[in-house]
Amino acid sequence: MSDARAAILGTLRRTRDAHPVTPPPSDFTPLAEKQWPPEERLPRIRRMMEAVHTEFLDATEADWPAVVTDFLTRAGAANLLYAPGTADGAKLANAHSPSPPRGEGRGEGDAPQPRTSQEEVSATPNTDAVAPPHPNPLPGGERGNIAGDLRLIPYDRPIEDFKQQMFEGIDAGLTGTLGAIADTGSLILWPSADEPRLLSLVPHIHVALLRADALYDSFWQAMRDQRWADAMPTNALLISGPSKTADIEQTLAYGVHGPKRLVVVIVR
Amino acid sequence: MAEHAVNFAAASKAALQDSQLRGNFRRAMDGLMSKRAVQFADAKEWHTMRALAASVRLRALAKLPELLEQLETNLTRNGIQVHWASTTAEANAITLGIMRKANATLAVKGKSMVTEEMHLNAFLEDHDIEVLESDLGEYIVQLDGTMPSHIIMPAIHLNTKQIAHLFKQKIKDAASTGEDAAALTDLARRILRQKFMNAGVGMSGVNAAVAETGTLCLIENEGNGRMCTTVPPVHIAFMGLEKVVEKLEDVPPIISLLPRSATGQPITTYVNMISSPRKEGEKDGPREIHVVILDNGRSSVYADPELRDTLRCIRCGACMNHCPVYTKVGGHAYEAPYPGPIGKILVPQMEGLAKRGEMPHACTMCNACVEICPVQIPIVEIMGRLRVEAVHPSASVKDSGARASKTEALVWKGWAAMNSSPLAYKIATTAMSAVGNAAPGSLPLLKEWTSVRSKPRFAPRTLHDLARKKGIPNV
Repeated sequence: MSDARAAILGTLRRTRDAHPVTPPPSDFTPLAEKQWPPEERLPRIRRMMEAVHTEFLDATEADWPAVVTDFLTRAGAANLLYAPGTADGAKLANAHSPSPPRGEGRGEGDAPQPRTSQEEVSATPNTDAVAPPHPNPLPGGERGNIAGDLRLIPYDRPIEDFKQQMFEGIDAGLTGTLGAIADTGSLILWPSADEPRLLSLVPHIHVALLRADALYDSFWQAMRDQRWADAMPTNALLISGPSKTADIEQTLAYGVHGPKRLVVVIVR
Repeated sequence: MAEHAVNFAAASKAALQDSQLRGNFRRAMDGLMSKRAVQFADAKEWHTMRALAASVRLRALAKLPELLEQLETNLTRNGIQVHWASTTAEANAITLGIMRKANATLAVKGKSMVTEEMHLNAFLEDHDIEVLESDLGEYIVQLDGTMPSHIIMPAIHLNTKQIAHLFKQKIKDAASTGEDAAALTDLARRILRQKFMNAGVGMSGVNAAVAETGTLCLIENEGNGRMCTTVPPVHIAFMGLEKVVEKLEDVPPIISLLPRSATGQPITTYVNMISSPRKEGEKDGPREIHVVILDNGRSSVYADPELRDTLRCIRCGACMNHCPVYTKVGGHAYEAPYPGPIGKILVPQMEGLAKRGEMPHACTMCNACVEICPVQIPIVEIMGRLRVEAVHPSASVKDSGARASKTEALVWKGWAAMNSSPLAYKIATTAMSAVGNAAPGSLPLLKEWTSVRSKPRFAPRTLHDLARKKGIPNV
């Protein structure tokens, strides 16, 4: 096969040198010009993503776990796969844990440490199906069943160990994002060892947390500001809506292979 | 594969008589054209963006051998294994080797036109390996046992009813499924999820490979591409050697223009950038990634400075959507992995003019494809060049001169002689005025023309005659 390599590169080099190309300079101005005033970015992202059936929720650093739990419970989800090793995952687990040392330092500050729910939930898939009522229910009254019906499942082991459950038993997955892009209405995700790739792909509902101050004008700008070229992760993603297809007579249908619903929680 | 000439004229005649097919294409192409137009409403943005995208592709071609080496170095450094294949047979053998080593008997595949060039599915099936297409359109086409009729929308030739019928015939539990697109999509979801879960190998194409970082970029809407590149333990990516770009920064212009040109979407649902197999501690992703870099005639396309521009293509398919010929006959009439304008210039160069000599003639030279090409490929100029190559032996294109005809050469020689001598011209035109209308359309040579057109009526007086009568000087 290295014969092929030598032959291919040899031909390319010889013929290119015989007829060199001088390419015109690449002028990135049209990408640099894609700019929106900061206050217009979020509405634009929302408009573009809603046009392809993305759903939005508003929340604060303090109440997003409750907002997510409430939404998923109403949506009929029985469980939520999450990343226990991330700050957001720990916060979610903390909000769900029965009697954690919750000093209510919610809001600012570092991620809470306790990981108590991790073993409980993962080790006993059925017995603790009923979590205690949410400690921080939304105003309006459905306390009781808000958190009660949603079971947290940590993504804390290699996929090989729970592939079947992943494909057949998970309703929703929660991830963070690195921000969003105003030009195209796209979320930026860099999955990691703590927040694996399939979390945003296999569950029927993907819930993504978007910090309202992490907004970029364009993919090009985000890539430059975050210096992607210096060290690319295993996988970098832009996600601009739930999975969709128009392969049957140009009729849009959502939820082909990936998530049927994408829910973006804007955290202020 | 026999090297007999593919008869486009006959296939297109059959396609033209299929009013269902023509309706399906007409509707789809009209929709795609208007959606694209909305995306490029800002003329200045369109002009500057396509100039940028063209420059990115030209720069990649200018440095192609160096960039491929840099890509190989960086992919390898990232833990991705690189394979080179001069021919599709070599690429198939490499693939089989990887599958055997992985003990895999089932592969799931995301859309990849390069694997269509390779006829990979048929090859692997001959070796008792199941390959399942997972892009919904490709899945439909595979169930139907046909080929994609469009590079972006493989099943565009079928309508919902036809697809529902196909599912009922081929899938066991389809009987209870409704006939609407949503229900059919959901059925495919259920079936394919099982396959994603169980496949030993996932396969995909590559939209752009970044030399600077060793990154494979894939775009898609369905999530099947992400499934194929994340769930199975081994991922094999197939790319034509022209797919490389120099810098990561070169990706946004392509990602911006490709979906807008193809389907009129601002962006695809997923942009998936892969730079490494699963690292220590990571919980998912393939443990092995292989990239197969395929030549299959591309290096000879590259060798000719004029034909080289064919390799700028980013496979958006917009040229198909805007082609008056493609829209009428559909993709299958070309009997080629790449139909439409880009196919008409690419396939003859890959497969040779003996087999594909008709393809460059399946064009009205209306230039619509050139006007909408996001990387400014001079498709029509290349088409003209290939028509010349087909009748003049040269070293540039495989089987050039294959369509050379002594009769045709003689006719043109006569035509030139007639037009370069005033006396000969006068005699000929006077003769045509006098007896041309009496000549039957079935005469040899004339027949070729009149078989698809009405025979022109000759005026009783030549233009020169009339001008002379009017007293116009110097005629």
